[in-house]
Amino acid sequence: MTVLTSRRMLGRPEPWVFAAIVALSLLVQARSGQFFTGNNLVDLARALIVPGLFSVGCMMVIVSGGIDVSFTAIASLAMYVTDKVILPEDYGGSVLLAYAISAGLGLLMGALNGVLVAFLRLPTLIVTLGTASLYTGLMFGAFAASASGVPPAIAAHGKQILFTAVNNDLGLTSTMPVHVLILAGVLFLVFLLLRYTMLGRGIYAIGGDEAAAERAGFNVRAIKMFLYCLVGALAGVTGIVRISMIDYADPSSMLGMELTVIAAVVLGGTRVTGGVGTLTGTILGVALMTILENSLILMGIPTYWSRAFTGAIIIIGTGVTARQIGLTRRRDRALSTPSKGAQA
Amino acid sequence: MTAIGAPAAQRARGSRDPNLVRLLVMLVFVFVLMTILRPAEFATLADFNSMMRQFPEYGIMAIGMSLTMITGGIDLGVVGTANLSAIVAATFLIGTVPVGAAPAQVVPYLIVAVLLALATGLACGAIAGTLISRFNIPAILATLGTQQLFTGIGIGITSGRPQSHLPLLYSKIGNTEFLHFFPLSFVLFVVVALAVGFLLSRTRFGAYVYMIGTNAKAARYAGLNNASIILRTYMISGLLSSVAGLIMMARANSAKADYGAPYTLQCVLIAVLGGIDPNGGFGKIQGVTLAILILQFLSSGLNMFNSVSNFYRDVIWGGVLILVLVFNYFFSRRANRRAIREAS
Repeated sequence: MTVLTSRRMLGRPEPWVFAAIVALSLLVQARSGQFFTGNNLVDLARALIVPGLFSVGCMMVIVSGGIDVSFTAIASLAMYVTDKVILPEDYGGSVLLAYAISAGLGLLMGALNGVLVAFLRLPTLIVTLGTASLYTGLMFGAFAASASGVPPAIAAHGKQILFTAVNNDLGLTSTMPVHVLILAGVLFLVFLLLRYTMLGRGIYAIGGDEAAAERAGFNVRAIKMFLYCLVGALAGVTGIVRISMIDYADPSSMLGMELTVIAAVVLGGTRVTGGVGTLTGTILGVALMTILENSLILMGIPTYWSRAFTGAIIIIGTGVTARQIGLTRRRDRALSTPSKGAQA
Repeated sequence: MTAIGAPAAQRARGSRDPNLVRLLVMLVFVFVLMTILRPAEFATLADFNSMMRQFPEYGIMAIGMSLTMITGGIDLGVVGTANLSAIVAATFLIGTVPVGAAPAQVVPYLIVAVLLALATGLACGAIAGTLISRFNIPAILATLGTQQLFTGIGIGITSGRPQSHLPLLYSKIGNTEFLHFFPLSFVLFVVVALAVGFLLSRTRFGAYVYMIGTNAKAARYAGLNNASIILRTYMISGLLSSVAGLIMMARANSAKADYGAPYTLQCVLIAVLGGIDPNGGFGKIQGVTLAILILQFLSSGLNMFNSVSNFYRDVIWGGVLILVLVFNYFFSRRANRRAIREAS
């Protein structure tokens, strides 16, 4: 029994991603001696928050059998409109209002994706490529967006910290922002959604086999509509997290991040054909990508090559998972053929 | 589902292709609209000449992209491939051509540079095609990865700087005009469009491409070597991208890793507008060519309104893409119903 579970564990990607993280950490530690320091770990956790939030939504979309490249555009436009258009420049009230407005705007933008994907059954990649272009165009065109400051409420929120880590050797300090709790909260809620609700199970069912899910009584349209609205709202929240953490509203700082996030989600074992994916794997994937990106310099890779490096990671990561799927399928076929023969 | 219905209905009503008719009507509409709005500038001979210099570079990429979309895939790496090919050619020229060489001496270098660029394009296409056909990575992810990889390699080689100071002869040849009116790039586009059109409609390979796009499994059981055919379509797409890269290099008189970033979306838009089914199996090069012209008329016309920010172009491309998808959805649903009615 225990043998079986451990073997089953090794068939899953999560332990491997975890092993890769450990190996990479040891490598960086060996080369720089600065990996396992309090401030480096806090810095990594800090860098993980925004991609982590994005990856949760991205994972759900890929599990449902789709792909979304518009979430960074949604996050950017939602936070920008909230920050510059809706809230007054000297807004000093509760930051929750900023989150609510941005989430609402994100939800509306996600709803457009939802209508096109769920009701018109259009290909998700092309739809989200189109809406991403629409939203970034609106942001730079209609709102003439440029990097600008944030209202006091958001700035103050960005300075809320949980604790400070000090590196005595280098004299560096790093602060753990309160936003890490938002990531934890989102992870917990999405965990409950995916694990214990019919809606969450529906997302997996659609990704596994849409026709079968429909026959089994899942309302495929409603589930997809809900999913894209949720992902939009999450992106809106992430937008505010981002600008409060960096203390200014930069409309283009999140654009382009979607590829790394998708790569991280796929690295974490989410099956690109849908139906399979876990939050644990996703966060491990994001952690691996974050450590990789932050350690390129420590490992001696010149910054100009970092993009080629990301591309290679996407290809290797998806290649490995695609290969695993192929092997499982072949094994299933090998197992099922003789049993059919025996019946005959 | 709906996609299969549409061409069935087309066939039932004879050889006249309603999609081409629709595109022609749209082309005339945009043309007339722009002529009325901007009679002094639009549709003058000088304007036609400048348009003929603009569309071939993305038009040739769009044809490559369309080819891969007909197989049911997509090539999001076209722009990365184009830039990398141009960078390879430019780096070669800058590194080898002696300073102050006479034009006659430069010619052999130019030939080698062009061959190197084309070989790079073929190699890029072969990488993408191998990932998709042998490793079974979904085309979307594989080419998202190759786009990052190729752009990243380009940045790495050039340290992110433009490769300029090319031999003057290159851009001189690149900007040759036949009959003092038709730019070389336009002639190349016509040759490519005719060649790919012939390949798709008159050769066995073309028929296989459509078969794989319609039903890959059926094609395999019919004895087709799917992997080899898919590999070849991506290699053609890579080759065409490198041609586009050479044209871009002649126009800008330099090569850079991030030229033409918006072309990816524009190529998807052109393919979908031109009647290529994103699910594969349907679409013609004639339609794609008409779509290229429609887009060029729109974009040239918009250029003549100084008040329209360049960023609105993103809004327009994104918006048009979604509108066309929605329109095609309702159109094919209606055609589908009609086909069912006629059949019963």
